[in-house]
Amino acid sequence: MDDWRNGGFGLYVHWPFCQAKCPYCDFNSHVTARIDQTKWAEAYRRELLRAAPQLSGRVLNTIFFGGGTPSLMHPDTVATVIDAAREIWPFSNDIEISLEANPTSVEAGRFVGYRDAGVNRISMGVQALNDEDLRRLGRMHSVSEARAAFDVARNCFDRVSFDLIYARQGQTIETWKAELNDALSMAIDHLSLYQLTIEAGTAFGDRYERGTLRDLPSDDNAADMYLATQEICEAHGLPAYEVSNHARPGAESRHNLIYWRYGDYLGVGPGAHGRLTLGGDRYATETYLQPGAWMEAVISGSGEAQRTLLSKDDASAEFLMMGMRLVEGLDMGRYRNISGKDLPADRIAHLVDLGMVETRDDRLIATDDGRAVLNAILRELLVE
Amino acid sequence: MTELDKIRNFSIVAHIDHGKSTLADRLIQETGTVEDRDMKEQLLDSMDIERERGITIKANTVRIDYKAENGETYVLNLIDTPGHVDFAYEVSRSMRAVEGSLLVVDSTQGVEAQTLANVYQAIDADHEIVPVLNKIDLPASDCDRVAEQIEDVIGIDATDAIQVSAKTGQGIRETLEAIVHKLPAPSGDRDAPLKAMLVDSWYDAYLGVIVLVRIMDGTLKKGMRVKFMSNGTLHHVDRIGVFRPAMQAVDVLGPGEIGFLTASIKQVRDTRVGDTITNDRNGTELALPGYKPAQPVVFCGLFPVDSAEFEDLRDAIDKLALNDASFSYEMETSAALGFGFRCGFLGLLHLEVIRDRIEREYNIELITTAPSVVYHVYMKGKEGIEGEMIELHNPADMPDMSKVDHIEEPRIKATILVPDEYLGDVLKLCQDRRGIQEDLTYAGSRAMVVYDLPLNEVVFDFYDRLKSVTKGYASFDYQMTGYREDNLVKMSVLVNDEPVDALSMMVHRDRAEMRGRAMCEKLKDLIPRHMFKIPIQAAIGGKVIARETLSALRKDVTAKCYGGDATRKRKLLDKQKAGKKKMRQFGKVDIPQEAFISALKMDS
Ligand SMILES: Nc1nc2c(ncn2[C@@H]2O[C@H](COP(=O)(O)OP(=O)(O)O)[C@@H](O)[C@H]2O)c(=O)[nH]1
Ligand SMILES: C[S@@+](CC[C@H](N)C(=O)[O-])C[C@H]1O[C@@H](n2cnc3c(N)ncnc32)[C@H](O)[C@@H]1O
Ligand code: SF4
Ligand SMILES: [Mg+2]
Repeated sequence: MDDWRNGGFGLYVHWPFCQAKCPYCDFNSHVTARIDQTKWAEAYRRELLRAAPQLSGRVLNTIFFGGGTPSLMHPDTVATVIDAAREIWPFSNDIEISLEANPTSVEAGRFVGYRDAGVNRISMGVQALNDEDLRRLGRMHSVSEARAAFDVARNCFDRVSFDLIYARQGQTIETWKAELNDALSMAIDHLSLYQLTIEAGTAFGDRYERGTLRDLPSDDNAADMYLATQEICEAHGLPAYEVSNHARPGAESRHNLIYWRYGDYLGVGPGAHGRLTLGGDRYATETYLQPGAWMEAVISGSGEAQRTLLSKDDASAEFLMMGMRLVEGLDMGRYRNISGKDLPADRIAHLVDLGMVETRDDRLIATDDGRAVLNAILRELLVE
Repeated sequence: MTELDKIRNFSIVAHIDHGKSTLADRLIQETGTVEDRDMKEQLLDSMDIERERGITIKANTVRIDYKAENGETYVLNLIDTPGHVDFAYEVSRSMRAVEGSLLVVDSTQGVEAQTLANVYQAIDADHEIVPVLNKIDLPASDCDRVAEQIEDVIGIDATDAIQVSAKTGQGIRETLEAIVHKLPAPSGDRDAPLKAMLVDSWYDAYLGVIVLVRIMDGTLKKGMRVKFMSNGTLHHVDRIGVFRPAMQAVDVLGPGEIGFLTASIKQVRDTRVGDTITNDRNGTELALPGYKPAQPVVFCGLFPVDSAEFEDLRDAIDKLALNDASFSYEMETSAALGFGFRCGFLGLLHLEVIRDRIEREYNIELITTAPSVVYHVYMKGKEGIEGEMIELHNPADMPDMSKVDHIEEPRIKATILVPDEYLGDVLKLCQDRRGIQEDLTYAGSRAMVVYDLPLNEVVFDFYDRLKSVTKGYASFDYQMTGYREDNLVKMSVLVNDEPVDALSMMVHRDRAEMRGRAMCEKLKDLIPRHMFKIPIQAAIGGKVIARETLSALRKDVTAKCYGGDATRKRKLLDKQKAGKKKMRQFGKVDIPQEAFISALKMDS
């Protein structure tokens, strides 16, 4: 059995446009005046057809529309993509089709259309539950608008999740706890809670370099916020299942689980990445990043810009980096199969001594403390 | 061969940038030694020879024919020395090869520390000294003030100082006349056995080792067999000549003359500055006084960042050493840094030059451990027998204190010239470094302070500190004076309870707590947080004198990591792998290489 089957097979569709660029964001997102929806729908369809032959015989478990802001897609565009996929692959009975949405009233107006196109899960970028902070994050919506959009969403979809960014400027552990309780009273069964990452090359990144991004919580305070978040969500029945993701058991994002369980995924759209097992070898694929360049490439045959064969070391490193993010931990037997060798026993013993990891039934599992310093654990396990 | 009374040998002493090279250019040009079309700036500095000689450059020389106002033609030999304190011994040899000096002082600046250090060398060598006030073309030029300063500070008569602009050529004739009439001719006996001083030597790819010599007595001819008296080696002279400044063969060199010989010598190491060269048979019995082999005064460990490059490093060091007798090395193993070399240098500049050459020319990244001076450790005697003295080059080798009677450290005499307004800061700096003031005088609005300081306190960052407290206005020079006993101890550093040999150092007992505290604080900032807390301690023997705790890492995780991030994350990890290579592991703790040097820089 190919290893990817342990993770499943999903489709990622990248929509590269936004209404405005948020100052913290380094995703592949662009602001344009006009978008020819029909042309884009057709381009996605061609890409799926191009990739189809090498992926025949598979059952599709998930589709994820990510961005950018996919809630700027016309419902017909979404429908074209879903229909094209359905013609190529049989859908699993419980297929999950998610779409990322920004919570403004305009976008809420399209939710019914998305549902009719086949979308069954919405992930909303609420980001903060206070207007002052939403402004600082450069967002286009207010808290009340987000709440209203959320209500529309929950009336259309069984599964609605939303994102918050915390460890923001000026935030203390107390104000965050209050905001989190507020969020939990709103949440249905899934929440993504990201600590603010300062990315190089963004407006926040530049201000950070210049020292003008003030009042960010210290690493110690951020660590306290992280641990408090784990406790509070757990107490509300939404335990963490991944570093930044919380769900009622069974309500996890199945698409994202494919990434973390190191399954296969096809990536279409500008800058989309994929991992595909072909003839027993794992490949990393990448498409053209710029929307214009991607579109031209698709028209002249293929949007794929690069395909790299992953060595055993690369693949096992990726499996470890992704798998250790999950609360269920990593199957060390699978690691052995992918890498051809065992994880270093002495390093694991040292990490166990430090209370950073546990081993159970041939699984390696990061503790709560360990997940907060996962990069250090990975360095320890991967760097000779 | 030139008649003795038609020869004048001289050097030029000056502080950096006061115009030594430019003046030399003008002297060469004015006398037509080099055709105008071949003239380029800084002629002596830019010779091919110089480039090949690399850092062991100590002397450049040129022979100038000058037709004086009195109608006679004279041979003027100029020996140019860089004059850096690290090469003080070589400079002193060069000085002994000539009879006089031009003392060049920038008339817009005045006397500086290097002027003093170099002029004292000239005085020590019994030179006749002709003061030259340069840059008189500049509006800020103040010849009266500077002449007065020369008299006050150096104590030589400056009433007849020549006013020169090396830029415009004004005063160059007068300078040449002064060389002929004020400087003495050399003396020597052409019929005596050969007695020549080895002034300098360097490697030439075509000719092998080239030896610069000054003939004291006798004659040197092509085809002769000569003996180097320090080691008794015999050589067949296959070429002799002079520099104009290009090499020009001659048949014979007689007393008072300066020139070169080649004798199929393979290594610069086999030729020693200050050595006496004589005939292989019936040579002179009496070697020239004052020869001493070069003595490294500053030691440090050089380790490859990538331990796989150890053999490359060995190669590089072997090659450099062939051409530099003053550089010593032996293999060293450090628990922390693995295999490397303990190297000895003439001073910090010498250390930096060699280190840079290894990194640049041989492309090996290095970890340099803290420079240390050579301590004299006197062991306790037994039953009336005096204990032996150990030269300690590496604090890690310090013997058990209970067996040590006392320790001596090298001292220097430091001369600092500084504008009045910074004097307080300079005195404080010297005092902080355990200095003993020996003299404080004024030269106009500038103070001249002389301090007796431990070399140990100067080798690391004294010069940087001095420049920073005086905004670059101080000038500094020093000279080794000897050894003195003091209350010295070895301070060890423990990271996570493991001693880090590369960080141990010798300190004065009274300053140990302060140094220890500063060291622990520094390390706390330099060592990245780990998944556990790390005690950092400084100790003397078993006694902890300072302690800090580096708290545990609590947050280091990528918040968002989805499909596309797998690649990005893997690349990040590859970068971290490269970064980790530059760390050294002590037990469970990774210490970045910069820590070894940065930890020893004192901010106080
Ligand atoms: N105006 C002026 N500049 C000079 C004179 N002599 C030298 N310089 C300049 O001073 C700087 C240092 O001269 P240099 O000969 O390299 O000094 P060295 O370090 O003593 O060899 C150079 O920029 C020269 O061009 C002079 O007589 N007048
Ligand atoms: C791919 S983004 C796009 C979603 C949608 N366009 C939006 O902004 O709501 C998905 C999520 O990543 C999170 N995110 C983006 N940049 C981040 C950053 N620099 N630090 C932490 N979280 C970030 C936000 O919570 C965002 O909702
Ligand atoms: S955060 Fe979302 S809306 Fe903002 S720029 Fe990024 S992708 Fe677009
Ligand atoms: Mg010069």
